[in-house]
Amino acid sequence: MKLEQARRIQTPLTAGVCHSLKAGDWVLLSGRVYTARDQAHRRMADAIDQGKRLPFSLQGELIYYTGPTPARPGRVIGSAGPTTSSRMDQYLEKILGLGVLATIGKGERSKEAREVFQKFNALYLTAIGGAGAYLSERIKKSRVRLWPDLGPEAVYELEVEDFPVLVAYDLSGNDYFERCRDKYRKGVE
Amino acid sequence: MNQRGLSREKLVKAVKELILRANFELEPEVIRLLKKAEREEISPEGKIALKIILEDIRVASEKKLPICQDTGLSVFLAELGRGVSLDFDLADALNQGLREATQEGYLRRSVADPLTHKNTGDNTPGIVHLNLVSGNRLRIRLLVKGAGSENKSRVRMLTPAEGKEGIKKFVLETVSRAGGQACPPLFIGLGIGGDLEMCAILAKQALARKAGSRSKDRELARLEREILKEVNRLGIGPGGLGGKFTCLGVQAEKSAGHIASLAVAVNLQCWAHRGGEIVL
Repeated sequence: MKLEQARRIQTPLTAGVCHSLKAGDWVLLSGRVYTARDQAHRRMADAIDQGKRLPFSLQGELIYYTGPTPARPGRVIGSAGPTTSSRMDQYLEKILGLGVLATIGKGERSKEAREVFQKFNALYLTAIGGAGAYLSERIKKSRVRLWPDLGPEAVYELEVEDFPVLVAYDLSGNDYFERCRDKYRKGVE
Repeated sequence: MNQRGLSREKLVKAVKELILRANFELEPEVIRLLKKAEREEISPEGKIALKIILEDIRVASEKKLPICQDTGLSVFLAELGRGVSLDFDLADALNQGLREATQEGYLRRSVADPLTHKNTGDNTPGIVHLNLVSGNRLRIRLLVKGAGSENKSRVRMLTPAEGKEGIKKFVLETVSRAGGQACPPLFIGLGIGGDLEMCAILAKQALARKAGSRSKDRELARLEREILKEVNRLGIGPGGLGGKFTCLGVQAEKSAGHIASLAVAVNLQCWAHRGGEIVL
C-alpha cells in the first residue's frame, strides 16, 4: 500500500468516523489538533480535580502528544514528532472525560489505558516516532493556546494537512501492536 | 614530554558543530542500514514506517531541522591524551558548545531539574565521561540520547551462573518491553561486567562505536550476532508496526568484574542514532 492512498479524515472527529476506523488502517488527518504532553496533562488534570474549566472545549478534538523544537524564522513550527504515549496513561481517563475522541502518540500503552479508550469510544492513533522533521512539514499553522510558560510542553493549537497516523486501538478493542507482534514473531520470548 | 596546548575557543566551536551536525544529519552507516531495512522489510506497515523515516532524514538534512524533536541529552565520551594541557575546565567548555548549539540550531530545551521540573534553559549540563589516555590528542565522541529509548534502557545484576544465556534473556526482555515506544529499528549498546555504573558506561561506549560494527573480541562478536538474530525474531518491527527489523545493530563491550557478579546494562538507542566524533 502507498501512504498517499490512505483514507483522508477531517478533524474534529465525529462518533461515526471513529466507528468506521479499524486497527491497522492508515489515515491522513487534516484539520485542528491540540498538543499536550507531560506537564500540560498534569495541569489539565489538576484543573479538572479543582473543578475548573479549560478556556476552550475539547469535545470531539484530538490530542497530539508532542513537544516541538522552536521554529526557525519563517517556519510554522520546529520538528514535531510524537512522544511516548504510555507516560500519559495515568491522565487518560480525565482527558477522554472532556470529550476528546482520539489521541496521537507513539508506542504501546497499558492494558488499563486500552480499556479506558474502549469505555469512552475513543481511538488511539500512532504516528512514526522520531520523524519530527517530516511531520512538521504537514503542520500548516501553529499557535500557543495554553500555558506558554511550559515552552515545548505548552498546549498548541495546530492545523495539520495529510498528517499520517495508523489506528492502533479501535473501538472494538482491537490492538494493532499486539496483532502485528503475533504475526511477525518467530518462536521467541 | 612536551605538552601540547589546546584553545578553549577552538574546542567550543568544534563541539558546537559536532552537536549541530549530529542533530541534522545521521552518519552514512546508519542511513545505509536503514535503507537496507527498507528494501528488505516484509511487513507493509513496517516498510511505510521506514519510508517515512528515510524521508524524515532527507527533510532534516535539507532544511536544517532536528531529525527528531527530542534533541535529547548530550553525552560526551572524552579521551584526553596526557600530552595535552588544558588551561580551562573541560566540562565547562563542552557545555558552552552545547549551549551555543542549542541556541543556533533551534534545538529543544529538554533538560530540567528532576524534582522541580525547572528547565535549565540551554540543554546543559551534558553528561561527561572522561578517560585519561596516552598520546597528545583530545578525542570527543558524542551520543545524542532521546528519552524514548533511554527510558527503556535497563541495568541488572545477574548471577555468574546465569551467564550468556541470562544476558541474552535480559536483552530480549528489555527490547520486548520497550516495543514500539523506543522508536525501533533500534541500536543496542550492551555493557557486560564491571560493576553497577561501569556496565552502563560500557554500554554507552559500545553505542559510540561505528554503527553496526562487530566487536574485535571473537566471543563478544558472536554474542552480538546471536542477540541481533534473536531480537529480530520478536516481530516488533520498524515503528513498532510489525516486521523483521526491530534492531539494526547490537554492539557489546566487556570488562572484568567481581567473581560473584554479572553486571549487565542494555542501553537502547532509537533509529535516529545521532552521534559523531572530533579529534583535536
